[in-house]
Amino acid sequence: MSNKRIDHLDLLESEAIYILREVAGQFEKQALLFSGGKDSIVLVHLALKAFRPGKFPFPLVHIDTGHNFQEALDYRDELVAAIGEKLIVRKVEDTIVAKNLTEPRGKFASRNALQTYTLLDTINEFGFDACIGGARRDEEKARAKERVFSIRDEFGQWNPKLQRPELWNNYNGKIHKGENVRVFPISNWTELDVWNYIKREGIKLPSIYFSHERDVIEYDQQLVALSPFIRLDKEDVVFKCKVRYRTVGDMTCTAAIASEAFSIDDIIEEIISSNTSERGETRIDDKVSEAAMEDRKKNGYF
Amino acid sequence: MDILRFITAGSVDDGKSTLIGRLLYDSKSILIDQLRSIEKASNKANGEIDLALLTDGLRAEREQGITIDVAYKYFSTPRRKFIIADAPGHIQYTRNMVTGASNSDLIIILIDARHGVVEQTRRHSIIASLLDVAHVVVAVNKMDLVSYDETVFNTIVNDYKEVAASLGLNEVTYIPIAAITGDNITEHSTKLDWYNGEPLLAFLEQVNIKRSAENNKARLYVQYVIRPQAPGYHDYRGYAGRITGGSLHVGDHVISLPSGISTTISAIESGGNAIDEAYAGQSITIQLADDIDISRGDVIVKKSDLQPIVSQDLEALLCWMDTRPLLPGNRYLLQLNSLTVPAIVKHIGYKVDVNTIDKTHNPATAELNDIVSVTLKTASPVPYDKYTVLHTGGGAILIDETSYATVAAAILQ
Repeated sequence: MSNKRIDHLDLLESEAIYILREVAGQFEKQALLFSGGKDSIVLVHLALKAFRPGKFPFPLVHIDTGHNFQEALDYRDELVAAIGEKLIVRKVEDTIVAKNLTEPRGKFASRNALQTYTLLDTINEFGFDACIGGARRDEEKARAKERVFSIRDEFGQWNPKLQRPELWNNYNGKIHKGENVRVFPISNWTELDVWNYIKREGIKLPSIYFSHERDVIEYDQQLVALSPFIRLDKEDVVFKCKVRYRTVGDMTCTAAIASEAFSIDDIIEEIISSNTSERGETRIDDKVSEAAMEDRKKNGYF
Repeated sequence: MDILRFITAGSVDDGKSTLIGRLLYDSKSILIDQLRSIEKASNKANGEIDLALLTDGLRAEREQGITIDVAYKYFSTPRRKFIIADAPGHIQYTRNMVTGASNSDLIIILIDARHGVVEQTRRHSIIASLLDVAHVVVAVNKMDLVSYDETVFNTIVNDYKEVAASLGLNEVTYIPIAAITGDNITEHSTKLDWYNGEPLLAFLEQVNIKRSAENNKARLYVQYVIRPQAPGYHDYRGYAGRITGGSLHVGDHVISLPSGISTTISAIESGGNAIDEAYAGQSITIQLADDIDISRGDVIVKKSDLQPIVSQDLEALLCWMDTRPLLPGNRYLLQLNSLTVPAIVKHIGYKVDVNTIDKTHNPATAELNDIVSVTLKTASPVPYDKYTVLHTGGGAILIDETSYATVAAAILQ
């Protein structure tokens, strides 16, 4: 649409609201998966725009790995209190105990893969038929190929060969019992769109997105925060550094970047001049194999 | 800044992937880590990188030699945000291209300068014409392989003009390029100094797309009814949806379809703020002066605007997208925006040959990738527009009632 009164952020916002309302209209039991990261925070903001003065037709669901940044948890609780919506938390820890799962080992033992078990259990527990998430297609090439409405089977598996074509404004959310749909309303947003939108809308973020001093170690050219969840080896040197987080995931698999960006404007400036992609710079888990994300998605990951 | 959505059409050898890679690379949308991973894969002796690898797909695709329908790529310049629908070729071509073109404002049709207008070019153009894509860019690629020769380009332009005329494609722009060397992509190429037009990217940045949706066709397909269970909101009923054309103002006389009941707009909200008017593309919530029965799938239309058709008998062009054939008499679900209604395919009128545009009348079935004209009978009246009048009022899908697969794109006539 090229209406001069409406710019690209308005169009992306309207498209996302349209998708959220399609979810509300087409499904019985929906959930908004909330991680405390900027993309899911933007989703909550969009949901406020889509459904106020009514209540959200879905709760926020946090799949808690137990490896969170405290700042993200505090932010989550403040946000939920401020908007007066329901929050469901399910802990990976509990799944590990209940299902007798093996904790991953290693230097950065990440529960990222185990999250999938808790997510699928939570979907079953509440009978969710649609789960809304903040994934974007510019993040990663497996995501670039996923539809806005992504149908998952009983095992949560994504089948890239059996995706429904998405034509015009028609999102087909019809599913059989046991299947569910993952919905990505900000598929067409880039990292920069998200930040420009956060700036325009004055959305508050967890403090770790901004520059702060932190104890870190350097590993494989990435800065990793000191935390009880990572293993320190003899050769590791702990030092203080001004850092911020470009993405917020688990403490075990999210790297910090050296940064002096204290405001959203600083961050936008930093991203424009950056020559590394968001996931490439900050995710330790995507590097394991070139098809890491593709594999995880096929196994039920978000 | 606005958004331009475009699709690139061309076979593997026309350099489509190289062109997309080039646009991403030259607009600095490719970052070091992504570049490193393709450098590793390029394996070229002279250290050059293979831009085509940027659009390379999933492991599942590489292993099985298949391509997944459409991948989306993004880049921005200070003037525009661009969304590329990258529809890979091969067997599923028609289906993929229809999907990608359904949301595109513009199509880039690549022609190999050495081969000129070929059967594929014709097929791409026919699909662009059926989907009523607003603007066609004919990018004559591989000019480096024909010594940047102006006469080669002119011959192709003249040949294509005949194709465009026969299909009624009016907005066509011709640009000579060499994607692999970057000639005429972001900057004027000195090797193509006889070409007076703009380089491709500059053209994409400023092309003005005329959209059918812009005037006097205000429709709001109601997606969801907001009824807050809260003090102070007992009488509040907000009808949530996105305007598909034109504009709506507080005080406008409107009609709810298919019921035909009239009322007026008493309030419009966007993101929780009261506004006086709203435009095509905006997601809004409206309140009405009278308490009438409106639910999801109903359409609110401005009384003074061009009215949609309301009927149970619809003519449509279908692009069949399922491996199981269409059989006349079968029941499907017709989905048009927020409206879903059972529909029976009564009759297949003709099949369009996408290579020649010739029609075969009364075919027994339609197979995967076929384009057929059909008559549909719906279980209840459907408010819709002819696709050529308003894309968003006439672009629908058919869903199989048992598999729930999307089996057809339906271009309402």
